[in-house]
Amino acid sequence: MTRSPIGRLIAATCAAFWLQAGVVSAQQAAPVVAAASDLQFAVSEIAAAFQAETGMSVRLSMGSTGNFARQIREGAPFQIFMAADEQFIADLHAEGFTRDAGDLYALGRVVIMVPNGSALTPDGQLDHLAEMLAAGDINRFAIANPDHAPYGMRAREALVHRGIWDDLQPVLVQGENVSQAAQFALSGNADGGILAYSLALAPQIGPRGTYALIPDDWHAPLRQRMVLLNDAGPVAQAFYDYMMQPAAREIMERYGFTLPEGE
Amino acid sequence: MDWSALFLSLRLAGWTVVILLPVSILMGRFLAHNRFRGKGVLEALIILPLVLPPTVLGFYLLVAFGRSSPIGQIWQDIFGQQLVFSFQGLVVASVIFNLPFAIQPAQRGFEGVAPEVREAAACCGLSPLRSLWKVELPLAWPGLMTAMVLTFAHTLGEFGIVLMVGGAIPGETKTIAISIYDSVQGFDDRGAAMMSAVLVAISLFAIAVTYALSARVGRRLS
Repeated sequence: MTRSPIGRLIAATCAAFWLQAGVVSAQQAAPVVAAASDLQFAVSEIAAAFQAETGMSVRLSMGSTGNFARQIREGAPFQIFMAADEQFIADLHAEGFTRDAGDLYALGRVVIMVPNGSALTPDGQLDHLAEMLAAGDINRFAIANPDHAPYGMRAREALVHRGIWDDLQPVLVQGENVSQAAQFALSGNADGGILAYSLALAPQIGPRGTYALIPDDWHAPLRQRMVLLNDAGPVAQAFYDYMMQPAAREIMERYGFTLPEGE
Repeated sequence: MDWSALFLSLRLAGWTVVILLPVSILMGRFLAHNRFRGKGVLEALIILPLVLPPTVLGFYLLVAFGRSSPIGQIWQDIFGQQLVFSFQGLVVASVIFNLPFAIQPAQRGFEGVAPEVREAAACCGLSPLRSLWKVELPLAWPGLMTAMVLTFAHTLGEFGIVLMVGGAIPGETKTIAISIYDSVQGFDDRGAAMMSAVLVAISLFAIAVTYALSARVGRRLS
């Protein structure tokens, strides 16, 4: 009587995880790439192309650049860090967490994007946004967290430049990273948001709304840098090199990422 | 549908249960049968994770287990790998977070064992260990089973701590709850809906089991 219920419970739980042990350990060989969430769709596509071409695979962890920087300092086992802003890489490099200073892999842009059916019209100068805001017709407007997400920082700079940052405060909703901001902006619960150009171009997101590029001199450039971390292995190195190859560059350009001339 | 995340969550829940089962038997029995100074404080400490925001625990664990902390360094020296952002780290976090879910029902289970029954067992010459195995566990097992089912289900649903100390590494720390969060952010509504449905089904099943068991205990006590 004793043995049966408790014994059975233990047996069942053991089965649940022993069965999986093999599958998981095979996966564990693949290095983990921490990538800023504006890369969500572009880098997934590049990782798939990398695997098809070389037979090697990487695991992707997407999130906010600021959070990743914090996690790397606490010892997260990432092998490549693809940041949305190079300042984070420079700091990590200065503190000795990276192999070198890394490479610039893209320039990011921000867009104003509104969901289909929104009363707001996206225009790069944010005129209609300012107009509707003044009239009290904006209920919710989404950006990424301006404290630790680079796209949030740039969104704030652009809104400050346009002179509507303070007026926008009561209606502002903040995503933990730019993907979440996109989710907020386009789920129909907000009038729009300031998002990454790369997300607006993604097939999963593009059809959900319309967008306009915000002038790139309204904010500090989004110089996106990647770096190999100290315990990067050969597969991570191969993926890092692959990022600069024409096949990967072509995918990046399709998502609106450019490289500055001469760098 | 992210199967590897589901299996990872099941594995995490399994380990948490395996570790917490003996803990809940020892602690639950101890708290049920003993009165001592400071018992209230000890019980409050065990209940604490139930009311603390997961982010508070997550922050403390990140600081306590991180690379710069003594615990993190000792772990690194012994096992040669980091505690945070690893599966082992999640197991440790999950064990701490589930203490109230494991110990409370177990304690209630042992409290349901009448003192006369234990005395009778002792009078019959059963050693404490045999008394535990032959008499107390059979009587307390619905409480223990409830504890383990709740722990299992609760681990599957844990989100805040995993987000903070996990790092969302596929196959290692990206649990199903994190995977749902990522799917929503990636506009993969179908994936999110499927995984959510699976979690709802598992949780419903767990609650049904728990209720059935408590009904049984109730009948026995009355």
